Amino acid sequence: MSELWEVFIRPRRGLSHVHVGSLHAPDAQIALRNARDVYTRRQEGVSIWVVRAADITASSPDEKDAFFDPAADKVYRHPTFYKVPEGVAHL
Amino acid sequence: MPVRGRLSDPVLHPVAYFSVGCNTRGVYGNDFDQPGAASLLEEVDAAERALKAAAEGQVVAGDGDELQAYFDAVIAADQKIEPRDWMPEAYRKGLIRQIAQHAHSEIIGMQPEGNWISRAPSLQRKAILLAKVQDEAGHGLYLYAAAETLGINRDELVDMLISGKQKYSSIFNYPTLTWADVGAIGWLVDGAAIVNQVPLCRCSYGPYARAMIRICKEESFHQRQGYEILYTLAHGTPGQKAMAQDSVDRWWYPSLAMFGPPDTESTHSEQSMAWKIKRFSNDDLRQKFVDMCVPQAEVLDLRIPDPALAWNEQRQAYDYTQPDYDELFQVIRGDGPCNRQRMAHRRAAHDDGAWVREAAAAYATKHSVGGRHE
Repeated sequence: MSELWEVFIRPRRGLSHVHVGSLHAPDAQIALRNARDVYTRRQEGVSIWVVRAADITASSPDEKDAFFDPAADKVYRHPTFYKVPEGVAHL
Repeated sequence: MPVRGRLSDPVLHPVAYFSVGCNTRGVYGNDFDQPGAASLLEEVDAAERALKAAAEGQVVAGDGDELQAYFDAVIAADQKIEPRDWMPEAYRKGLIRQIAQHAHSEIIGMQPEGNWISRAPSLQRKAILLAKVQDEAGHGLYLYAAAETLGINRDELVDMLISGKQKYSSIFNYPTLTWADVGAIGWLVDGAAIVNQVPLCRCSYGPYARAMIRICKEESFHQRQGYEILYTLAHGTPGQKAMAQDSVDRWWYPSLAMFGPPDTESTHSEQSMAWKIKRFSNDDLRQKFVDMCVPQAEVLDLRIPDPALAWNEQRQAYDYTQPDYDELFQVIRGDGPCNRQRMAHRRAAHDDGAWVREAAAAYATKHSVGGRHE
């Protein structure tokens, strides 16, 4: 009946929303109010997102190697890969 | 280890709840920097730092094809198991049981103190007690949410409490007879809970560890408000002091029993230790609690009801009388002073709330017709 919602909170301006936990509520408005009572009793946030858990598609830890491996052998994506000739500034 | 007389400012440093910050340190206050400040909170803070440090570390070099080996390697590296990771079935089941019983305890734990909300001695005490009881509900909800990440749903969890299939902490089956009991619960019961729970901040299961860090920080307000109630009573009229002493007399041994049976009789501890769910034995934690309480009781000028209590120079710890474990098992079996009352109240509250749940669901259904637009 009551759906599961995941809760994300922006602790203050300048920071992004971070997942803090979940809760149950019949609709988005009540989920938001419940999130305020459960997760921000001590001014932990200035903005709340609630997302139906069922609407989140997640990558699976089982396939993590195959999924993330392509990034592992591309060291040239990092600036430290390149040799900078001595004396070159602002690079 | 406790330092004698370190609570020289016993009406407690106000905690900076209202400071605005991005992390829990800013939100929950930080008085660790003062000399001799709260060591338990420091441990929670250290656990939080360790959690972040472990997450920064290189992913453990387990064999990705061998699920059990990978699980073991993550545990060995003090990294966290996360919800969708493979885990042994016994690990999952054991955690669900432990987290659920912990959540149930928070929910039932609202009752003994709720008993005094309408009779708190001042408006400020009442507001504080309301906030504390609301926190207990919040702790129950953090924990239910953590348990649900293991693949059990909320309805099943609620049902296991209501049907009596799962237990809650036996301490909440004792009655709160006087206002001083609200103080004793904060100081002793929440104090024992913190000693028990601080090591859980380093538990190998990520969602549980994170929930515990949050809970422990909030619990320290609970413990201090209880201590302040007792301190005020103990330094009031002779009648108030006697009331405070009477509450400590009644809550001391049940609080010691909160750490569970002695190590010699404790079941399923070893596997929990190996999986880094549990990190210290019952008796070690009980000893730590006693050593903390003795100097705190001296500042309160209240007596711990144990004639055998004495400093043991050799062990560098206090000798103390063990609680009555027969009584503990009797209360766990259902024959404590308030077991039936607590369960009846919880069931009635659940039933009385049914119309609210139904109305909210009907409203949600009505407004979701034609899509999920609000």
